[in-house]
Amino acid sequence: MEQLINKLKNEIIEALNLTEMTPESIDENAPLFVEGLGLDSIDALELIVLLEKKYGLKLSTAEDGKKVLRSVKSMAEFIRANNKG
Amino acid sequence: MRKVYAASDNIISSLGFTTRENADFLMAGETGIKLHEDIRISPSPYWASQVNNSVLIQQFSEFAEPKKFTRFEQLAISSIRDAILKCHVNFTSPRTLFILSTTKGNVDIFDVRTNYAVDSDRAYLWKTASIIQQFFNLANTPLVVSNACISGVVAIIIGARLIRSGRFDHIIVCGTDLVTEFVLSGFNSFLSLCAGPCKPFDKDRQGLSLGEAAGTLILTCDKDLAARPEVCIGEGYSSNDANHISGPSRTGEGLYIAIMRALEHSQSKVDYISAHGTATPYNDEMESVAINRAKLGDVPVNSLKGFWGHTLGAAGVVETIAGIFSLRNDFLFKTLGYSESGVSQSIAVISENRQTTVHNILKIASGFGGSNASLLITK
Amino acid sequence: MEIKYHIRDYCIIRNQRISLNGNLIFTGSETIPQSFFTEAYKHFNINYPKFHKMDNLSKLGFLACELLLEHKNIPGIVKGEDVGIILYNAASSADTDRIHQKSIQDRSAYFPSPSVFVYTLANIVIGEICIRHKLFGESTFFISERFNAELLHSYVSLLLDDCVIQSCITGWLELDGDHYDGVLYLIEKTPSGNGGFVIFEPEKLSEIYLQGT
Repeated sequence: MEQLINKLKNEIIEALNLTEMTPESIDENAPLFVEGLGLDSIDALELIVLLEKKYGLKLSTAEDGKKVLRSVKSMAEFIRANNKG
Repeated sequence: MRKVYAASDNIISSLGFTTRENADFLMAGETGIKLHEDIRISPSPYWASQVNNSVLIQQFSEFAEPKKFTRFEQLAISSIRDAILKCHVNFTSPRTLFILSTTKGNVDIFDVRTNYAVDSDRAYLWKTASIIQQFFNLANTPLVVSNACISGVVAIIIGARLIRSGRFDHIIVCGTDLVTEFVLSGFNSFLSLCAGPCKPFDKDRQGLSLGEAAGTLILTCDKDLAARPEVCIGEGYSSNDANHISGPSRTGEGLYIAIMRALEHSQSKVDYISAHGTATPYNDEMESVAINRAKLGDVPVNSLKGFWGHTLGAAGVVETIAGIFSLRNDFLFKTLGYSESGVSQSIAVISENRQTTVHNILKIASGFGGSNASLLITK
Repeated sequence: MEIKYHIRDYCIIRNQRISLNGNLIFTGSETIPQSFFTEAYKHFNINYPKFHKMDNLSKLGFLACELLLEHKNIPGIVKGEDVGIILYNAASSADTDRIHQKSIQDRSAYFPSPSVFVYTLANIVIGEICIRHKLFGESTFFISERFNAELLHSYVSLLLDDCVIQSCITGWLELDGDHYDGVLYLIEKTPSGNGGFVIFEPEKLSEIYLQGT
């Protein structure tokens, strides 16, 4: 799980152009939206693309998105639960 | 100060090849948004409002060689030609200017599978505008407005300003955009497309429907060339939310500013609002907020996106033409797709066709980039 | 004749150089546009992480405007809605269009990106400028084969004459592959008889546009 979380952090930094951040500076339990990283609606959609592109997992509604994209940890758990990571 | 009159107009869309044909479908409450299958546009079936291509080509070949023009150009040229033939404006005069409104023009040229027999520089919007200019032997280099979904309204606002200031006497405004894989895939990535015809302002709205169209509106300073009853294009403004590049401002900041600036210039009450109403959760909510802030919550309002879908660069022109039809015929179209309000602010959505006196209308639009526009039109 | 409007400041970004009011303020070493823009961003200590999400056209416009306005309040302008933004280019968003097209060209690797798609509209750079500087005024993006000083002067003057705006950020922002060319002017009204700034007229606009940096 630790390896997956680290991989995911790097992928998120790349996908969202978080150029000034490092994996170490991202807390996997912190909220991704509103507080924490403070990502916005386009970032959320990009993370949905990331899950499909890198892990073959499809999220097609905003509702699914809210649950899975709560934090890096919840994303990793979703990937694990679907045997993709 | 010079007045700006609406001379003639044309709409080409899924609902027909003239304004009249389109209006008949609107009055009958019929949508042009259908399920299509075309693997060049989407790997799976998709909902959109598309122009009948065989009819377009067949009609175009009656006056020009289709192979020499891209689909975008065939659509724009056909529309402009119909509008020009219906009025006596001297379109080749140096006092006439053509303004093209489009978001993506010939973007299908970027697709390696597209096989137009034209140079690749037609992908540049100035170039495609120049082709259209040459077709009609127009005297002046066209203005090209490419400002997301407010382009059409902005093109009309600018045209009116240019006439009012005396810089030009006549303006041909044409707004055109196609349904392409480029655009469909993009909106899909935003998860903002509706599976089915869109439902503006409705509580069950799921997103927008894409459409393609060409709308041409010819403006003139010459009252004798104006169509009857005379309709005048009034003041209009654009404004920015300064908030987010794709999501609208929750307080409707930009749209509110644009509306208030337009109203500052109007002595008379607004009888009807032609809204943007794309049927995305956020846009329609934002519009209801802006309309209410402007104290226009009781003014009958509709969205026509349920008929044509969202025609992007054509939307502002096509929907303004429909507004002009409403003014001339004292007729308000219902908001197709709407049954129950799904916005937090109270607005007077027109849910059934209505025959009623209309004198002053407010057209509003919003688009990516936080852009917003307002325009007053009077009879 | 009363001189009505003037060019208060101008910023030129071209050939790996940035100048402000004719004074060279930065020479970069990077040739690729994206790298050069990042180099400039770092050099000027701009603290705005969203910059890295922008496409190249928006980065060009953002940088030019950042240096043009230098975070100052535009003198005499109280409300952000009184500042207009009128921009021109030839390529529209072609650079980003090609990137989006690439992401959908191959059906077996079909991953359109919303953060790319949103930038397939040239006017997004206006949005970025407005967000950064809290500007709510009249704005339009025009496409034109080449920089046209007469056209720009005529339209911006009309907006100022009609009091649609009280000042204007205007100019040419071209970005097409490896080619970039940014020339932004800040135009303001002045009381009559005020000297010290460049007169807003087509000849002056062209003269500035043709300056090397």
